Amino acid sequence: MTFPYLNRMKCYRYPWTRLYSTVQSTVDSSEVKTFQALAHRWWDEQGLYAPLHSMNDLRVPFIRDNLLKNVANHQPGKPLSGMKILDVGCGGGLLTEPLGRLGASVIGIDPVEENIKTAQRHKSFDPVLDSRIEYRVCSLEEIMEEATETFDAVVASEVVEHVIHIETFIQCCYQVLKPGGSLFITTINKTQLSYALGIVFAEQIAGFVQKGTHTWEKFVSPEKLESILESNGLSVQTVVGMLYNPFSGYWHWIENTSLNYAAHAVKPSVQEPPVPTEGVSKGETEEHQAKAPTNPGAHEELKK
Amino acid sequence: MAALLSVSQWGPAAAAVAAATCKGLRVSYRRWFGASADTVYDVVVSGGGLVGAAMACALGYDIHFRDKKILLLEAGPKKVLEKLPETYSNRVSSISPGSATLLSSFGAWDHICNMRYRAFRRMQVWDACSEALIMFDKNNLDDMGYIVENDVIMHALTKQLEAVSDRVTVLYRSKAVGYAWPYPFPMADSSPWVQITLGDGSTLQTKLLIGADGHNSGVRQAAGIQNISWTYDQSAVVATLHLSEATENNVAWQRFLPTGPIALLPLSDTLSSLVWSTSHEHAAELVNMDEENFVDAINSAFWSDANHTDFIDSASTMLQYAVALLKPTKVSARQLPPSVARVDTKSRVLFPLGLGHAAEYVQPRVALIGDAAHRVHPLAGQGVNMGFGDISSLLHHLSTAAFNGKDLGSMSHLTGYETDRQRHNTALLAATDLLKRLYSTRAAPLVLLRTWGLQATNAVSPLKEQIMAFASK
Repeated sequence: MTFPYLNRMKCYRYPWTRLYSTVQSTVDSSEVKTFQALAHRWWDEQGLYAPLHSMNDLRVPFIRDNLLKNVANHQPGKPLSGMKILDVGCGGGLLTEPLGRLGASVIGIDPVEENIKTAQRHKSFDPVLDSRIEYRVCSLEEIMEEATETFDAVVASEVVEHVIHIETFIQCCYQVLKPGGSLFITTINKTQLSYALGIVFAEQIAGFVQKGTHTWEKFVSPEKLESILESNGLSVQTVVGMLYNPFSGYWHWIENTSLNYAAHAVKPSVQEPPVPTEGVSKGETEEHQAKAPTNPGAHEELKK
Repeated sequence: MAALLSVSQWGPAAAAVAAATCKGLRVSYRRWFGASADTVYDVVVSGGGLVGAAMACALGYDIHFRDKKILLLEAGPKKVLEKLPETYSNRVSSISPGSATLLSSFGAWDHICNMRYRAFRRMQVWDACSEALIMFDKNNLDDMGYIVENDVIMHALTKQLEAVSDRVTVLYRSKAVGYAWPYPFPMADSSPWVQITLGDGSTLQTKLLIGADGHNSGVRQAAGIQNISWTYDQSAVVATLHLSEATENNVAWQRFLPTGPIALLPLSDTLSSLVWSTSHEHAAELVNMDEENFVDAINSAFWSDANHTDFIDSASTMLQYAVALLKPTKVSARQLPPSVARVDTKSRVLFPLGLGHAAEYVQPRVALIGDAAHRVHPLAGQGVNMGFGDISSLLHHLSTAAFNGKDLGSMSHLTGYETDRQRHNTALLAATDLLKRLYSTRAAPLVLLRTWGLQATNAVSPLKEQIMAFASK
């Protein structure tokens, strides 16, 4: 009942979004609806989003340590200070806040307005976080216009399995990264195991993931992701598997990437002309990489 | 000592608060509404005694807390020790090597070394009702532990706190009179932090409240945490004693009398500290009797064999022969502690003893350390060491959490601390209570049991080493 109202609200606030969203956005509006209904449950650490809260024990050190590799000496207490990070699909700010606490300046974006409201409210009580984090309701394409080459890191955690077109998404990430910047992705592999455990067990049987959160068809295998990353000019540094133990509530690093995995890719410091993709399977995309004007009209809609 | 003082000062206030806020199962959820311009601290330590001050110090010197704001609340005044007094204080603690390591990690141990402390290398524990004894020492005669006056430790901690005053604020003469807890889940416009009201009416907020306010902890009561406790029928008498002649004095002595254990802890070549746990009446007598009689009572307690019975003596000799057959090399002859010549005037004090254990050490945004979480009989010399162990564990968990950018009050790492420490502390508490009860009787079967038990333990070196390792943490 609230959805039509909110969609109208969104149009009023960002009239140009509606136009673009049918043209080239990577935001899937059905996914938006799923998350809208659950926006108030983000910060209950033992609630619905408990697995995401506990995933921070893995992803924050992953991001932190990989970013610190290239830093000579960091400030103790705020090791990421001086870094600008973009958290795409930040949801309620679960990952944005730890990064902010570590000293980084973080911009968290999410297409679902309720999520941003929740995130905004949650950080407002902490004066330190309030000054370091900024939230916006928008999609990656929208921020790309104004933010070319601004970020030391882009974090897309549990996001690429929800976007419409990964190629476009990765291209946008490339655009907003500084040369030498890092892209961090965590997502779910597309395997029989991930269907059995990630969809059937997690959503339907045990229920620690809300039903309908994930669509198996949109899962990405690490091989495919790697090829997309490399073909868009990003050099893949690490791919490593993650495993969630629903009984203990903790995540673990594992070698096997059949279920969840994390990837770290770096935009090269020296500008090189990227290798163009040869014939993408689904539809066509015109590639204008590093030197491309951020012209939304150039990208086709690739909704299935 | 400072902790005891501070507790007694606001004990009644805390009880009133607890009474006002304890209603039914959901106790003390006084809500805090409205925005405020209060400073939001990252950690507030309530209680500036040995354990509270050490916790604040440890956080202040932790590398991952450089960016954080820490506050220590102490109800009493700041104790300044310009010059070390010649007379020793009657309140001393036995510091284990593990605790010494913690203290040196933030530089306090250096100050203690520059003031005064006494290392002991052996510990003899024996029974009054039999010949059984157990002798603890490290293979290479390393220090087993250190006897340090509480005032000296406190002064060292205060000095180290002053050195990090940019990160750690200490508020003296500040009683916390009320605590308000946040909702368990985020509610619109209500602060997610713990709100603390001080005696002067000012308020402050914190992401994590650490209760280090002694065995009558106001934090524990306000949080509605159940506390299992009972008072022992014993009081401890402490005094500073002058020995008849100067000795190496690096042995700690403890004899279990039927009325309770008496311990002599070395302070210097000529001085030792007395801790005598005995019945309330006897303790009052001891404190009030004149010095000569007091000294006689002490010497006789250590030397007299009046409580021996033939039966037990023969039984213990039997086991001793058996042990000698199996282990002919090791001989543990009972040694006698040095004799006491006189006692420092005005150094005799008594205080009641009891046991206490909090059912939970943590709740969202709250953690208990030290006597607030557990109170133990002094017979094992573990009270403050358990508190320092709590600090090591909590510091480790908080430091990792801070380096991971976590919300410091989150239960996910606080429960890790609770599990670590409850395991260790419950075992030690149970063992100490068991020993206290076992040694409080003259009944022959129990005396026999404990005599043989003690002799057997003394004979089995690996077992003794395990005990020492557990107690040294």
